[in-house]
Amino acid sequence: MTKGTMYNREAFLNNIAAKLGRERKRSGVTRPIYETQPQWDVMADYSTDQLVDVLKKQCEVIHTDVEETTMEKLPIVIDSVLKKYGAEKAVVWDDPRFSAFGLDSFLVREDVDIWGEAPGRENIRISEQADLGITFADYTLAESGTVVLMNGVGKGQSVSLLPTYYIGLIPLSTIVPRMSQVTRSIHKEAEAGRRVPSCINFISGPSNSADIELDLVVGVHGPIRATYILFDDR
Amino acid sequence: MPMKIAPEQTFNERVQTGLDDSYMRETVRSAQERLYTNKSKAENDLGHWEEWRTLSEQIRSHTLENLDYYLEQLSDNVVKNGGHIYFAQTPEEANQYVKKVAAEKEAKKIIKSKSMVTEETSMNEALEEIGIEVVESDLGEYILQVDDHDPPSHIVAPALHKNKEQIRDTFERLKGYDKSSKPEELTQFAREQLREEFLEADIGITGCNFAVAESGSVALVTNEGNARLATTIPKTQISVMGMERIVPTWEELDIMVSMLCRSAVGQKLTSYVTGLTGPRGEDDLDGPEEFHLVVLDNGRSNILGTAFQSALHCIRCAACINVCPVYRHVGGHSYGSIYPGPIGAVLTPLLEGYEDHKDLPYASSLCAACTDACPVKIPLHEHLIEHRKIIAEEEKKTSLGEAYAMKGFGLAASSPGLFQMATKTAPYMLSPLTKEGAIEKGPGMMSGWTEIRSFPAPEKERFRDWFKNRSKKGSSS
Ligand code: SF4
Repeated sequence: MTKGTMYNREAFLNNIAAKLGRERKRSGVTRPIYETQPQWDVMADYSTDQLVDVLKKQCEVIHTDVEETTMEKLPIVIDSVLKKYGAEKAVVWDDPRFSAFGLDSFLVREDVDIWGEAPGRENIRISEQADLGITFADYTLAESGTVVLMNGVGKGQSVSLLPTYYIGLIPLSTIVPRMSQVTRSIHKEAEAGRRVPSCINFISGPSNSADIELDLVVGVHGPIRATYILFDDR
Repeated sequence: MPMKIAPEQTFNERVQTGLDDSYMRETVRSAQERLYTNKSKAENDLGHWEEWRTLSEQIRSHTLENLDYYLEQLSDNVVKNGGHIYFAQTPEEANQYVKKVAAEKEAKKIIKSKSMVTEETSMNEALEEIGIEVVESDLGEYILQVDDHDPPSHIVAPALHKNKEQIRDTFERLKGYDKSSKPEELTQFAREQLREEFLEADIGITGCNFAVAESGSVALVTNEGNARLATTIPKTQISVMGMERIVPTWEELDIMVSMLCRSAVGQKLTSYVTGLTGPRGEDDLDGPEEFHLVVLDNGRSNILGTAFQSALHCIRCAACINVCPVYRHVGGHSYGSIYPGPIGAVLTPLLEGYEDHKDLPYASSLCAACTDACPVKIPLHEHLIEHRKIIAEEEKKTSLGEAYAMKGFGLAASSPGLFQMATKTAPYMLSPLTKEGAIEKGPGMMSGWTEIRSFPAPEKERFRDWFKNRSKKGSSS
């Protein structure tokens, strides 16, 4: 790891403290007990099935197709989505969950590349040329129709970004009500002094823009279409 | 003065240009309506909106009260993660540092995702001066850049003042585009053009919606995916943040992002919310090898400890802009600042001084729709009144320009016009917005401004007519 550097901090922060009319605070600051915390009430008592219903409804809003299947049928459903998009090349994460969920045969297909098999930055080029990228969700947020990806070794950020189409594989065990549950667990990691993943993505459907007359156009710099495949892993 | 737009024109001239641009006015009007409707729906879907606002305000004020502490924590963590952090007092310092990094990397091309702070520092121009090609990748920013660096007119949708025919013509004239004015085709064209640029870029520069102190992270909230590209492909990433854009932990990030997405575009979350922590890990195969964070003051610290401190709570959602009847009529460029609308009228004089911006606090009807819309409860219209008081005091002291004397309330009083917008005409001009009752609250909330009660009842006059008459009288610079 490269060594970090810092420039001009003391003068900058001293000035801030002076403007605030006090000495520098270097310790002893704790977060207030917030008088209201409405985030924890959102869908607090929902069952997984109820959360799935919320998720599916939200996916209509964010222009994302949803397939529901079982672990056994997963390979067939993935294949059908590839066909739907006319995708000839796919790139996938190097993720033990592919094996765990019975997708070994999928990984050895000719038209599937695995992130990290090629050397270094070559992987970026492979993803750029793939028609479709597939990743698992590390968490899934019902409220916003979001897959949360903790990127890292074997789990390149490019896979969910550079191909034209994207499939998010969602084990039902990953579903939580909203962002709050995930940010709390990241906070716990950070609080314990562990480094959080260098890139965490909260992805809600395909890329889009409303920069031209506020007309929504789906598909800008990231994937132009997306499908979530839900399956019961519990 | 990098924050300025069209400084060669006076405030009056810019407003007139805005009023004369009927394309722009129509586009802005319908945009405001849609953004407002979307936000209202998002508020209702979430429920307990006032509780969320209270929480957000509490988070922002706690963070600003302890800003030195949290910036220290942030910088310690950035360094611990192997990143570089540079504290810049001025735009020049920020640009100097970025130029230095670019030179070290022998960068030829830099791809940028949307960043208001780099607009503040004129970073593109600074980099272009040393021969680096800078490409804006946010669709709106890209359109403006292609169109000979037309300035942004809205902080969330920078090209809001342009309609699709104008955009098609620009692409046709300058980029050899030969398709229709359908937004889909225009967007597809931009995607193709920009993909190449991303793959070639040596450095990606981004803004920063929120930095997270506890982990040294930077969070980017986008829909297009360009910020992700800018932080995935180039070998070097530079993020630039205003020093107030920070939250203590990921738990507060949740709240601020939830409010930002709903208030800005009515979405529960934008397509991409990306948390970036330091450069890539040793075995990672994408993401930047080097990470730099530039923290900019540029006048912000002067706001700390003053009556205006809460202006620094702003999360740049533009909700106040989207409900402002004055913005609706005059458009973003009239404000003469990259920060338009109510927040611009509050912030610009604070960052750049009153001298060149003393019209701005009067570019408001004080209807308080902005204050009601603000997700972090910044009392925007009260800040505008405070500005007017200060300006009036100053003017009295120097006994220059009657126009701003508090006794006459300057612009607002030079004719019943603006005052009228706060009372009689406001409901008419804001008709689609009155449903929620936001505007009816306006006059009531002005009661703190006691002098206004002694105003004569304003006569009916349309803003355009009022402005014309007012200009004739030449009551202001
Ligand atoms: S002042 Fe409030 S409403 Fe306006 S942009 Fe800032 S946060 Fe949004």
